[in-house]
Amino acid sequence: MSDNNQFEPVIVGFTCNWCSYRAADAAGMARIKYSPNVRLIRLMCSGRIDPQFVLKALSEGADGVLITGCHPGDCHYVEQNYKTLRRYALLKRTLRQMGLEDNRVRLVWASAAEGRILAEEIDKFVSDVRALGPLNWIKMATTTYVDPAPASA
Amino acid sequence: MSEKVGVYICHCGANIAGVVDVAALSHWAGELPDVAVARDYKFMCSSLGQELIEKDIQELGLTRVVVAACSPHLHEATFRNCCKRAGLNPYLFEMASIREQVSWVTANKTVALEKSKALISGAVHRVIHNQALEPIIVDINPNVLVVGGGITGIQAALEIADAGYHVYLVEREPSIGGHMAQFDKTFPTLDCSACILTPKMFSAGTHPNITLLTWSEVEKVDGYVGNFTVKVRQKARKVNTELCTGCGICEQKCPKKVIDTVFEAGMGLRKAVYTPFPQAVPKYPVMDVQNCTFFQKGTCKACEKFCPTGAIDFKQEDKVVSFDVGNIILATGWDLFDCRRIPQYGYGRLANVYNSLEFERLSNAAGPTGGKVILRDGVTVPQSVGIIHCVGSRDKNYNPYCSAICCMQSLKFAHLVKEKTGAQVYNFYIDIRTPLKAYDEFYQHILETDETRFVRGKVAEVTDAARLPGEEGKLIIQVEDTLIGKQRRIPVDMVILSAGLEPRHDAKEVAKLFGIGCSADQWFIERHPKLDPVATMTEGVFVAGVCQGPKDIPLSVTQGAAAAARVIGLVNRKQVSLEPVRASVNAEQCSGCRICNNQCPFNAISFLVDKGVSEINPALCQGCGTCVAACPAGAITGSHYTNAQILSQIEGILEVELGQREAVPA
Ligand SMILES: Cc1cc2nc3c(=O)[nH]c(=O)nc-3n(C[C@H](O)[C@H](O)[C@H](O)COP(=O)(O)OP(=O)(O)OC[C@H]3O[C@@H](n4cnc5c(N)ncnc54)[C@H](O)[C@@H]3O)c2cc1C
Ligand code: SF4
Ligand code: SF4
Ligand code: FES
Repeated sequence: MSDNNQFEPVIVGFTCNWCSYRAADAAGMARIKYSPNVRLIRLMCSGRIDPQFVLKALSEGADGVLITGCHPGDCHYVEQNYKTLRRYALLKRTLRQMGLEDNRVRLVWASAAEGRILAEEIDKFVSDVRALGPLNWIKMATTTYVDPAPASA
Repeated sequence: MSEKVGVYICHCGANIAGVVDVAALSHWAGELPDVAVARDYKFMCSSLGQELIEKDIQELGLTRVVVAACSPHLHEATFRNCCKRAGLNPYLFEMASIREQVSWVTANKTVALEKSKALISGAVHRVIHNQALEPIIVDINPNVLVVGGGITGIQAALEIADAGYHVYLVEREPSIGGHMAQFDKTFPTLDCSACILTPKMFSAGTHPNITLLTWSEVEKVDGYVGNFTVKVRQKARKVNTELCTGCGICEQKCPKKVIDTVFEAGMGLRKAVYTPFPQAVPKYPVMDVQNCTFFQKGTCKACEKFCPTGAIDFKQEDKVVSFDVGNIILATGWDLFDCRRIPQYGYGRLANVYNSLEFERLSNAAGPTGGKVILRDGVTVPQSVGIIHCVGSRDKNYNPYCSAICCMQSLKFAHLVKEKTGAQVYNFYIDIRTPLKAYDEFYQHILETDETRFVRGKVAEVTDAARLPGEEGKLIIQVEDTLIGKQRRIPVDMVILSAGLEPRHDAKEVAKLFGIGCSADQWFIERHPKLDPVATMTEGVFVAGVCQGPKDIPLSVTQGAAAAARVIGLVNRKQVSLEPVRASVNAEQCSGCRICNNQCPFNAISFLVDKGVSEINPALCQGCGTCVAACPAGAITGSHYTNAQILSQIEGILEVELGQREAVPA
């Protein structure tokens, strides 16, 4: 149990639709209590994660970002999480150059059966980010987005 | 552009309401910008709950709906349908999982309320950017491709052909039949394998709805569910099948003998022009150019001289045929674990150590010894035989999985050895696994009647180095008998290694060709391990039999039939509707860098050279979004997961938190 005045980080988490989101479902079904600091956003695949999502979260007030997906070899789109892995390495390097602590962005694989593992990883991550204290990045200016029109058929 | 959002908060009985203050939540949600109405209700998914939403859509003119309840994997479809019934496009709906992600996993009620607010705020921000989408409708070509003519593929092909649709059955070897054609008897009933398989092979070979393409391989697959174009290479048989009657004279007259490493598992010989076995389907032989005297030395042509119909054609070339199908079933089966990888078992070094397929041929009345179980010297009948289970299976150093069939196959061998030779048989096992219909009865029967000795323990070594009297000239099996807790040395004349089933050596390439996935140990991945075992993540591509994972013949046949049923169902519908979660390129923004071109495992992205831009085929795209994140020009949009949707969701989530930065007890 944490004491009353400790810092509670806010964390944005990304999941894929197939493994890691279902791991969160599984943790729920098993009633596993874990740190409430992570808010999950469901994508179809971890391959959808654009570095700008991570930057956006950090600049909007998140103290850390969790990226999750299927285990290597289990991606439902064959091999896209290997691309996630490569992009993650690049992203970490960029963030390091920007002066961000290593522990603020983390990649975790969890299969649909691994509710307990996901919960444990979340607990660990939250406590690591908590140890770093708040991240006070300047809020990015823009708040309106316009998607490019899809290709006309 | 102002939207009218309805937010609905489910109590889920006490599941959510017991932890989250739903009344406060709903009151708070009602105050959010763009939210026209927020309500909480006992069970949103009940018909009354759904009617509540439908009524609001119609009476209040809601343009967006958010339901905060259980996981979308449970009820997203329910609420999408509910929106649709009320005339709202189902994709203008979002769900926030405040049960699985909040009430079930959070003890502290204050924090639970805050987390629920964050998730709902994220959903509300996101839903405003949702776009109305329509499912993609495509026509289905009724023809079907089945790859692999083992028992699984044969079963699938026959079911579809009997239902009245055309099947192309592509088999790599000269004949269909697969591994089952090599076996002597089949467990647990011990019926002769050929007797039950041959009629099915014959039906597949003569069925008017089946085009058999043997000695052939798929080279290229283009297209998507309902509309695949397949290119198949038919290797040159050097035999004109229009003229050949399958009389077998060429094979008789061919002077060149070759060890048959495929069908006879290295135990017997075949000719350079051959059919692998007498009941082969089709009956036409193939010429093994690597070993044919004419091809190697320039003279011979005995086959040509004697062929009564002039069917031998030395000039015949490979032929590439192309055809269209709507669905594909992969039934490519397995390879046997290579026992040489465990050198301490002596396979390949000690003559009388056999693998399981070799023993099948040895025991088979149509095999090289006419079914006599004798040692490699060709005469000696073994007096004692050791059968080692789990070779290469359930072992971290080789394959961690259980091959599912080896226990039963080892028991079958124990019985056959006893029956044919009267030898003393030892079975060395780690655990006996006989879980299916009539399997344990078979085991009990062997225990009671066959005088087989069962030794529980993993064999450490098979050696011919005699140390004790009575071991000379024997193979000594060194094992720790874990039931008596003692090391034992058991001398035998013959050792049979029950090697495990492995994925085909080329499983990865085949998976890639058809745009499906392999698990870490290389079996093809099914869409869902329990609830969708024959579909794959690629629409229109199904898997069946051992290529999906180790299993016996009954289960393989069941999966073959199941895959066929799925395909027939699709073909009967004539059209499929696909989820409109797809990527598309905005040609004006595309710089033509081609970075996205190698991002797609489904080959959905192509480069239009004339226009200098990339294009995505919506029917091939499965919607993962990987290319969207890769495009440096931001030219690719992933529908239903657009940047605007996701970035707004992030903002929405963090908006709640920004006001709540003070410490909250966990
Ligand atoms: C020694 C032994 C004994 C066994 N005895 C029994 C028994 O008694 N009872 C029982 O129930 N089960 C038994 N089994 C299990 C049984 O062998 C399998 O369940 C069965 O073979 C599965 O059939 P399949 O069609 O899926 O695969 P396979 O029999 O392997 O057939 C696959 C076919 O696909 C072809 N192929 C592969 N790749 C391609 C490609 N890329 N393109 C075209 N064609 C391709 C192959 O040439 C082959 O013809 C035994 C297994 C072993 C090892
Ligand atoms: S990555 Fe983007 S800009 Fe480059 S070719 Fe693909 S769509 Fe065009
Ligand atoms: S979203 Fe995924 S499946 Fe679709 S084109 Fe892009 S990479 Fe291929
Ligand atoms: S689908 Fe889970 S990482 Fe790709």
